[in-house]
Amino acid sequence: MKAKELIRVESLNKSFGDLKVLNNITESIYDGEVVSIIGPSGSGKSTFLRCLNLLERPTSGKVYFEGVDLSDKKINLDKHRQKIGMVFQLFNVFPHLKVIDNITLTPILEKKIQREEAEKKADELLERVGLIDKRDVYPTKLSGGQKQRLAIIRALAMDPKVMLFDEPTSALDPEMVKEVLEVIRGLALSGMTIVIVTHEMGFAKEVSDRVIFMADGMIQEKDTPDEIFNNPKNRRTIEFLSKVL
Amino acid sequence: MIDTVIMLWGKYYYVYIDGLLGTLWLAALTVFAATLLGTVIAIMKLSKIKILDLFTSAYIGVLRGTPILLQLYFFWLVLPKAVPINLSDTACIIIALIVNASSYVAEVIRAGIQAVDKGQVEAARSLGLSSVNTMKKIILPQAVKNILPALGNEYISMIKQTSLASVFFVQELMTSYKTVQSATFLAIPSLIIAGVIYLIVTTVLTKGLSVFERRLQANES
Ligand SMILES: Nc1ncnc2c1ncn2[C@@H]1O[C@H](COP(=O)(O)OP(=O)(O)O)[C@@H](O)[C@H]1O
Ligand SMILES: [Mg+2]
Repeated sequence: MKAKELIRVESLNKSFGDLKVLNNITESIYDGEVVSIIGPSGSGKSTFLRCLNLLERPTSGKVYFEGVDLSDKKINLDKHRQKIGMVFQLFNVFPHLKVIDNITLTPILEKKIQREEAEKKADELLERVGLIDKRDVYPTKLSGGQKQRLAIIRALAMDPKVMLFDEPTSALDPEMVKEVLEVIRGLALSGMTIVIVTHEMGFAKEVSDRVIFMADGMIQEKDTPDEIFNNPKNRRTIEFLSKVL
Repeated sequence: MIDTVIMLWGKYYYVYIDGLLGTLWLAALTVFAATLLGTVIAIMKLSKIKILDLFTSAYIGVLRGTPILLQLYFFWLVLPKAVPINLSDTACIIIALIVNASSYVAEVIRAGIQAVDKGQVEAARSLGLSSVNTMKKIILPQAVKNILPALGNEYISMIKQTSLASVFFVQELMTSYKTVQSATFLAIPSLIIAGVIYLIVTTVLTKGLSVFERRLQANES
């Protein structure tokens, strides 16, 4: 079976001033697959992920989403971003909006969905991640784990084709990591296409179809989780895994 | 002394009340107009357009780097010559106060917008929210919570600043003092009355502002 190519990255370079952060990366993400990105801190994992929805503009190279060049100034980037969900390390929930409005704001404003319908869908999502009793409170009342679950369903409410996660559990207290990983696992099982930057090696091993190891702004090695974790070939991968496992 | 103060108040309270009303009105008008002007300046400064940034930096630099009294004189001297319509002294002084305050308000607004966490914008844009809706629905509502208390403070400090307008006999509280003082030659008691009124007004407003600020914060929890 050859799955459809959802994202294609071609010769992607990104520099911040003199600092070269991404070095000529070419990679594709296929429909339905779960891809984990691992690697040492500062290796460009976040920058790579943020280039996929053009939160960072590539210095050179192309990012195609469903065949459309995202850096093309003639396209409506917002429309394409609606199909690319993103979840951040620090949650970034909207503190001035109630939980329910965090979820429905963008569907109502940008997809012109009726409030009633948007709320019905939001309620289903809240139910699914166990937050329905928090529906009408402000996010200040939520724990970190609850905020991250809210951030996930806020993205899901846009019906994305792919979800990007940037270390979604790194800012959480240990006891809250599991509840968030549980939600992501559920998403993976439901067939959602996922790209996740993570330091949770056990989780990466368990849910991924593929694992990408990055260092120095380059993809050093990519393979099945079994090969990467049990039979790494690149020296940098071996070094990295020996430190974190 | 206290007797003299009470006697003066009994006889001239209406002069002070008129002056106080003038002060409150002048401060309100100045802060209101300065907020409009300051918003424009702040947006120009945030726009990242080189020439606008240069202009606003110079604008803010000059207004902050020279004494306000000098600016009042400058507008009072130059403005009547520079515009074809007939401007009263009071109008010149009000315009000068507005322009001066706009430099402070612009910084308050710019800082209020920049204090909104960058992650908020990234989250909004990653959802596919347009830049206009991100400004309207995400940034401004959060920035207003930073800006309103600072504008309140600006109003309170403007109540004191407007006393400089007495140099040009604009109707306000310090001018009332001058009026009473020259009618009675009782300089110290007439000054004390003005001082007490300032103190009462700024104290009440400061208290009111802190209650308002707590309300703003409580809104989210
Ligand atoms: N906005 C930015 N401006 C300047 N340097 C940045 C910026 N974002 C990231 N960097 C730098 O790019 C490098 C890679 O960062 P990042 O992609 O966050 O790595 P990782 O997520 O793998 O830890 C780091 O050296 C970081 O300091
Ligand atoms: Mg990172």
